[in-house]
Amino acid sequence: MNLVYVSSFIVSIIAASTPLLLAASGELITEKSGVLNLGVEGMMLIGAIAGFATAHATGSAALGIVAAALAGVAISMVFAVLTLSLLANQIAAGLALTIFGHGLAALLGAGYVGISAPVLHAIAIPVLSAIPFIGPILFDQNILIYFSFLLICAISWFLNKTHAGLILRAVGDSHDAAHAMGYPVIRIRYAATAFGGALAGIAGAYLSLFYSPLWSQDLSAGRGWIALALVVFSAWRPFYLLAGAYLFGGVTYLALYLQGVGVSIPSPLISALPYAGTIAVLVLISRDARRVRLNQPACLAKYFHAVA
Amino acid sequence: MLFRLEPRGLRSDFWSYGSPVLAVVLTIVTMGVIFAIMGAPPITGIETFLISPLTSPGGIGSLLVRAAPLIMIGVGLAFCYRANVWNIGGDGQFTMGAIFGGGIALLLPNAPFWWCYPLVLVCGVLGGMFWAGIVALLKLKFNANEILTSLMLVYIAQLILVWLVTGPWRDPQGFGFPQSAMFGAGATTPDFGTTSIHLGCVLAPLLAVALWLVMSRSVLGFQLRVVGQAPRAARYAGFSNARLTWIALLVSGGLSGLAGIIEVTGPIGQLTTTITPGYGFTAVIVAFLGRLHPVGVIFAALLLALSYLGGDAAQISLNMPNSITNIFQGVLLFYLLGVDVLILYRIRRVKPRIVEPAV
Repeated sequence: MNLVYVSSFIVSIIAASTPLLLAASGELITEKSGVLNLGVEGMMLIGAIAGFATAHATGSAALGIVAAALAGVAISMVFAVLTLSLLANQIAAGLALTIFGHGLAALLGAGYVGISAPVLHAIAIPVLSAIPFIGPILFDQNILIYFSFLLICAISWFLNKTHAGLILRAVGDSHDAAHAMGYPVIRIRYAATAFGGALAGIAGAYLSLFYSPLWSQDLSAGRGWIALALVVFSAWRPFYLLAGAYLFGGVTYLALYLQGVGVSIPSPLISALPYAGTIAVLVLISRDARRVRLNQPACLAKYFHAVA
Repeated sequence: MLFRLEPRGLRSDFWSYGSPVLAVVLTIVTMGVIFAIMGAPPITGIETFLISPLTSPGGIGSLLVRAAPLIMIGVGLAFCYRANVWNIGGDGQFTMGAIFGGGIALLLPNAPFWWCYPLVLVCGVLGGMFWAGIVALLKLKFNANEILTSLMLVYIAQLILVWLVTGPWRDPQGFGFPQSAMFGAGATTPDFGTTSIHLGCVLAPLLAVALWLVMSRSVLGFQLRVVGQAPRAARYAGFSNARLTWIALLVSGGLSGLAGIIEVTGPIGQLTTTITPGYGFTAVIVAFLGRLHPVGVIFAALLLALSYLGGDAAQISLNMPNSITNIFQGVLLFYLLGVDVLILYRIRRVKPRIVEPAV
């Protein structure tokens, strides 16, 4: 096995992992503020069609990404109004968001099935991309993959090294204490939810403008839910999230690869591998209930209503 | 801020029942707006979506056929959610029920009805219970989040079904279509005369009433409600959380499995790759709209069954994608969750105050 082969293998794994990584990092921030948004799958689909339609209309994939992020924010605000202002159950509202997102994306996308839109191209960084092995992996990717590398570093820095990150964590761990300190709990949660929505939207655009790159009704195929599982897997830590996403991307890619080389296992069963893998990982990681309790934001999915 | 929420202190009885009604009204108005945006006159759109399916010949029959699986899955989910167990994998349990029961039916193509059909149904129920039992086991033994595991199992069940009907169970005389052979007469759900109404349509409301009796009249039902609403009180009272979680998941899994096997032995008649249009997810809305109450679930299921028929009608006569059904369902749940705030809070206007600067 030579190096070129290994590096193209890693490139494929990164390509399969990036949508999970993008959506999961958004959800990580949302959950750190104490909001559990189960609508990631719905937001991804909305982002995917918004990005695809915009790129098709304007001829610019970059504008498509912007539109996808905005669409993700818009739809996540419906969730935020329900759960943060109207104190609705977050689990139910997240499910509603997913069901609604499926429907709306299918409705908007009805005219876009089977047509093509501009796709995201790799941007090779001069000189660096020529380095053997590392070059194609780190320096010859599309803009969203570069973005995902930076994003994880930025999120880790934000959560652990900045005052704003500390406030966000305080809101997620004890909204009463944060409120007493004078921080606007609800406004911070709105912002964190919007951030999660934007990234889920971008993850959707990644699928429709690069990975697929076509529109189809079940484009996300459960990736939003796998992203949610990844956040649990990571114990709410950004670099664990990165490792988890690549592990999952690896499993997904392995499934495709095995199908490609004609292993005698029937293809539907191979396709089930990532879902079975998600369950296996959840089991491994949740087995220690104390560990999950220690890492999970203490106010996750709880109501906050300040009595004036 | 111009408005603020003020706790009522007590649940408002009026809004407990009024909020689903208001949510339905708001949803219909919103659908009118959506129809208008999509270029159909709003009144015609709503008429096509909500009324024409009922007035067409055989409409009521189709409605009951669609409502039957929603009622069966929905009451099971209501049972679960009362106990704070978030099973959202109804579709997976439905599919597993169809696979287990359907497998037996394919094995016994010529068996007589009187023992074959009950056996097929029992296997369907066991299939659903098995799939939900995995969720219970993972939750209790390994503390794995049931929302995520039950959902992943939906995808796995569907892929197993695809494998079976494209591989070992494919009908050799089926011209290569991904479907099993038709079930024999001994494993076909009986229907009534010339209508499409079948045994499941009668069984579903009966099961709902039975579950209502369990929930409201039995010690088990009481324990379930206490575990859901006041977990600490349940612990002090010595109610076993593990036992109740098992019961909640097995009951809802069994009901979903039953819905699945009745659907494939009845309206569909064989195993194919797509046996559910998302009944398991719609049933989540059914459970909430029905106030987690079995009798409420019946009414909610009828309304959501109508939304499936309405989607088809809008596709045929207004030339719209039938995904309008999912929009209706999502919007309805949004409004319901939003309006429910009125049960515990009242909305007060806040007069702008002039704040004196501190000295």
